[in-house]
Amino acid sequence: METLIIMLIGILVAVATYLILSRNIIRIILGTAVFSHAVHLLILTMGGLKQGNVPLLKEADAPYADALPQALILTAIVISFAVTAFILVLAYRTYQDVGTEDLDELRGAKNE
Amino acid sequence: MNNLIVLPLIIPIMVGIILVFLRPYVKLQRAISLITMIGIAVVSIFTLNRIQTDGIIRLDFAGWQPPFGILFVADSFAMLLVLTASIVTAICLIHAFSSIGERHEKMYFYPFVLFLVAGVNGSFLTGDLFNLFVCFEVMLLASYVLITLGGTKPQLRESIKYVVINILASWFFLVALAYLYGTVGTLNMAHISERVAEAGQGPLLTTISILFLIVFSLKAGLLLFFWLPGSYSVPPTAVAALFGALLTKVGIYALFRTFTLIFYHDPLISQTLIGIMAGITLIVGCIGAIAFKDVRLIVSYNVVIAVGFILIGLAVGTETSIAGSIYYIIHDMIAKAMLFLLAGTMIYLTGKSKIDEMSGLIRNYPLFGWMFFLVTCSLAGIPPLSGFVGKILVGQGAIESGSYVLLTLAFLSSIVVLYSLLRIFLNTIFGETIISLEDEKPMKMGMIIPIVLLGIATISLGLGAEFLSGYVADAAHTLSNPSVYIDAVMGGDK
Amino acid sequence: MKINDVILRTISRIVVFIILTFGVYLFLSGHNTPGGGFIGGLVLASAIVLLYLSTDIETVQKSLPLDFKYVAAVGVLLATATGFGSILFGVPFMSQTFAYFDLPIFGVTELTTVTIFEAGVALTVVGVLVTIILSISEDGG
Repeated sequence: METLIIMLIGILVAVATYLILSRNIIRIILGTAVFSHAVHLLILTMGGLKQGNVPLLKEADAPYADALPQALILTAIVISFAVTAFILVLAYRTYQDVGTEDLDELRGAKNE
Repeated sequence: MNNLIVLPLIIPIMVGIILVFLRPYVKLQRAISLITMIGIAVVSIFTLNRIQTDGIIRLDFAGWQPPFGILFVADSFAMLLVLTASIVTAICLIHAFSSIGERHEKMYFYPFVLFLVAGVNGSFLTGDLFNLFVCFEVMLLASYVLITLGGTKPQLRESIKYVVINILASWFFLVALAYLYGTVGTLNMAHISERVAEAGQGPLLTTISILFLIVFSLKAGLLLFFWLPGSYSVPPTAVAALFGALLTKVGIYALFRTFTLIFYHDPLISQTLIGIMAGITLIVGCIGAIAFKDVRLIVSYNVVIAVGFILIGLAVGTETSIAGSIYYIIHDMIAKAMLFLLAGTMIYLTGKSKIDEMSGLIRNYPLFGWMFFLVTCSLAGIPPLSGFVGKILVGQGAIESGSYVLLTLAFLSSIVVLYSLLRIFLNTIFGETIISLEDEKPMKMGMIIPIVLLGIATISLGLGAEFLSGYVADAAHTLSNPSVYIDAVMGGDK
Repeated sequence: MKINDVILRTISRIVVFIILTFGVYLFLSGHNTPGGGFIGGLVLASAIVLLYLSTDIETVQKSLPLDFKYVAAVGVLLATATGFGSILFGVPFMSQTFAYFDLPIFGVTELTTVTIFEAGVALTVVGVLVTIILSISEDGG
């Protein structure tokens, strides 16, 4: 199971890298979003993919899964959500004001 | 009561939220945010003195014993930085009162400055690596908003790069955290350090440490600083001063913490590699500082040089050099804020940003001119100003450990700093004035007062080095002996 | 732009209430069974977004005159205040406490300070989500 997930992470990272290396700002944002999902999966996998119950007192007798990676991922998802929302709005505003979504044209004047 | 050390994080957040409701009342917002920053400074002075008598203070959130819960750890190093950050922020706020403009102030400027401070303080104080990531994000999200505040074209253009690079660096931080958690099974910094020491720093942990080095280098601007000059030169003056003073320092703090507490076993990484990176940073930063004619870019490259210099202290790695670095971080926070404020005010007064388009400001604004001279001397390390102590200690450490190449680079960089700033000084401050009496904009009191305050701070930091030395020595002692920190965290209740 | 979609409007009128109830349920059960303020808040926010989709922004704002920025701010204030409260009681930051009360209708109920914290989280999530979606969708049209 771990191997499979690791391969999936690899594919996601490859896709994200491809997207981030393009010049279109929307693609870059999509790339960072895909990358964040890959990282979340990686945290889950690194914590060990175990089958088990929820780590709550009621079910104390049964074997339970490591809750920490899940808590980390929840936090990371919230942060990635906030960041992605922000950069989407920023990209939209930039597109409105500067009139381009191509990073090459966002480079700025030469001797500035 | 240990709850004291969470105040630098929680007070700015709560006050920031309250300020959201006070949006129309700009004057009230100003007063409250200034009082908050001064309050935090007082709290941190108090805590700093308690650390000297009681040792490192630890706060377990909700009473969860380490390594299971999240915790805050306040040692002298962290608290010194919190104190300096609060003072510098308070002074930058005074400048912002008169320079930022009411439109921005109503766009939640003060709440976001307070959130930025909360993130910075949280990063300094946390004892948990994941919590460090969260505090980094709080700080960065606030900085994303502050850098785009105003939304002029160059700002949007530069900030989109700044945001993308920082997002990528954050995800790499998470990758490193995931690997570390998979390897040692804990995220408490002291506990990680224990486990790494038990297991030995094998190839896997070394790889993880390099990943952390890359992440924090991106944040600190060590070698990977390509994003820095562009994004630091676009925001409004007060924001740029805050960025120049605080943001890179958090990355530097993280580098110091991880490479003295956790990954100190392999000198090839923690000393040689960081040394090489710091050396290259110095060289390239120096080239940048003398290559450009835009004041803001010269000033931004000076930030890069300072980062290189501070990290040389870490690369040399003796207790003396680390003490020197700590002095220099404190000095640099004050002096960089002052430099950015001066550069911004210069652009405000003349309406130009290239140094060969300005001239003779000292005839119109004598105090302003001499303040620029003061910060030039301070950054170049001329005694008795504050840069001197840090430089001499880093140099002493480098001689003790025989790192002569780094020593040479460090002191050559001081000369370049002096040259690059004197170039601004001679071109813009001296010479025939270009501003006729009719065109002369009056210098706002709100702009010159914070600069003078920072000037007083840099002088008194230089003269009062003896007074600070006890705190700095304690901070350096904790950094160079990881067991002190580990015992304080893992040693149970005192 | 006004969407005139009979099916969407009829269904959403019913579905919104189901979603709202489910969101409140998730929020209340959160502190010791799966659920919680974050997830409850997300579900609540999705109900509000569905309202915006099925009618239009002006109509919803007329019947729900809330500035969601302030909702988020109240949420953060509530969440941090519960953490701050433990400082006032002299216990470590973010401590929680719970007790059992005999309430008239519900019988013996467990009440805990975590619920206040979770309420803060839920309000924050609702406020932030709706603000983001509104600010992206507002112009452009």
